[in-house]
Amino acid sequence: MLRYIARRLLLTVPLLVGISLVSFLMMHMAPGGPIGAGTDLNPKATAESRARLKAYYGLDQPLHVQYGRWLGRMATLDFGDSFSPDGRPVAEKIKERIPITLTINVLSMGLIFLVAIPVGVYSAVRKGSLFDRISTVAVFAGFAIPTFWLALLMMILFGVTLGWLPISGISSLDHESLGILGKLADRAHHLLLPVLLAGFGGLAGMSRYMRSNMLEVIRQDYVATARAKGLPEGTVVFRHAMRNALLPVITILGLSVPDLLGGSVIFETIFAIPGMGQLFYQGVMSRDYPLIMGILTIGAFLTLLGNLLADVGYALADPRIRQG
Amino acid sequence: MNASPGIGRDFARRLLRNRLAAAGGAVILFFFLVSALPGLFASHEPNRIDIVNILRPPSAAHPLGTDDLGRDVLARVVHGARVSLKVGFVAVGIATALGLLVGLLSGFYGGWVDAVLMRFVDMMLCFPTFFLILSVIAFLEPSIWNIMAVIGLTGWMGVARLVRAETLSLKERDFVAAARAQGAGNARIIFRHVLPNTLAPILVAATLGVAGAILTESALSFLGIGVQPPTPSWGNILTAGKDNIEFAWWLSLFPGLAILFTVLGYNLLGEGIRDAADPRLKGR
Repeated sequence: MLRYIARRLLLTVPLLVGISLVSFLMMHMAPGGPIGAGTDLNPKATAESRARLKAYYGLDQPLHVQYGRWLGRMATLDFGDSFSPDGRPVAEKIKERIPITLTINVLSMGLIFLVAIPVGVYSAVRKGSLFDRISTVAVFAGFAIPTFWLALLMMILFGVTLGWLPISGISSLDHESLGILGKLADRAHHLLLPVLLAGFGGLAGMSRYMRSNMLEVIRQDYVATARAKGLPEGTVVFRHAMRNALLPVITILGLSVPDLLGGSVIFETIFAIPGMGQLFYQGVMSRDYPLIMGILTIGAFLTLLGNLLADVGYALADPRIRQG
Repeated sequence: MNASPGIGRDFARRLLRNRLAAAGGAVILFFFLVSALPGLFASHEPNRIDIVNILRPPSAAHPLGTDDLGRDVLARVVHGARVSLKVGFVAVGIATALGLLVGLLSGFYGGWVDAVLMRFVDMMLCFPTFFLILSVIAFLEPSIWNIMAVIGLTGWMGVARLVRAETLSLKERDFVAAARAQGAGNARIIFRHVLPNTLAPILVAATLGVAGAILTESALSFLGIGVQPPTPSWGNILTAGKDNIEFAWWLSLFPGLAILFTVLGYNLLGEGIRDAADPRLKGR
């Protein structure tokens, strides 16, 4: 197992180098190079920050030296200072925004599992039933509904018409005066819609995936054997079939990181949630290049980490992988 | 399987018999018609501002209401169809062409060509696509052409992997060996024998890809970094919907329905093509 993990870790090294190379090239292919693009189009960039940037990128050095320095800074997560008026280090700004983004994504992932797995398993076991047909239609609709549009409709229904849920921010104005339980309830109240919507996109895909896994497994000989032994249907489905059908889900979990991160830009912007997605959006709108490249790189790291965890998790769960 | 007429007819019959796929195709045809002849579906000009009739709910004069500048929402949704269609097809065209090229080269030549190209694909896939798109757009000016190019250039990796896998298995087949024995060169083998046999999975990927590109474009336009006003796009009409969320539900509802039906249409047709091309996969 350790050997498998070591080998898998080794495989990520070239990818890390690749990520840094792509982001380096992107900065240099920008019109006028990293400084021209950043400062010409950004009225907020002063002469002073221009000079700082020049020193930061070491533009007087040959390309390979520049790249070497870029690589070194990436390894220490040093992305330079933001172009925004506060001029704070990008790494610092990202760090304070990440927890809320991760919280929402982890919660929505939990939601996806809680809903999609039972739906997928039940549709597979009762293939062709009314439930299966309804859930298939729902899955197709789910693939086609733009999440941001659903968010708008939910805001109109629950926020404007019914007035049940807040439609922006993560806390009420009187948040600070609440007790610990009150604070928690207030936070939950604000996060309910964002978490539901962040999970929505994944729900359709995951239940469809679970259904086809289950259909695949249920035809296997060992399931027929379990039935032939006279085991009750529940035991066959849950103990024998479902456990194996769940295995590939681990992979999907890891692979869904980039989609969730991309989605967080949209729903954090809609619901005015101060997370990494909103920060990224603000960076794009104000052409804050150090910030954009910082978040792009962090996003790629997180994606890579997700893939790694997926592979290791799968190997832990399935001995065939780590021996093969 | 050098597309003999019998197989083509078989494929078409299976596709048409699939009611969902046919419905998807009908929706797509409808939106084609809307884009080609917008005047037939909307009597108003999409950009005519009418400050007297701002944010009017749906009525006989304005079946889908008016927006915050008094423009007719039906006219804007109808003219937005063309934008979505254009972005979907051009972006997928770029992605498919690139993916096809990379996949064919990689699968056919193998060796270091394959190693280099596939590592590059792995690398591209490390970046969350939406992040990548937003980053590139931040360096450019947001415009419909840039959006199409960026969606296309960040969406080819899946096609490349698909074509590579197909090519790898096809090039070992007897008919390729036979062609080679007859003295066919690499170019002839690739274009006459390998490429035609990868078309079915590519067609499926491209059809589903159009749906994805339309969704992405609408999200970008919604965020204000896609198609720029006053050019109407379903995404940027929804931006007005969000800005007026307390008073104008019709601004949020209708453009979203247009996106929903279009995307659903392409998804159903794509699944239908997959089932028709390979009936063994049906129901997955």
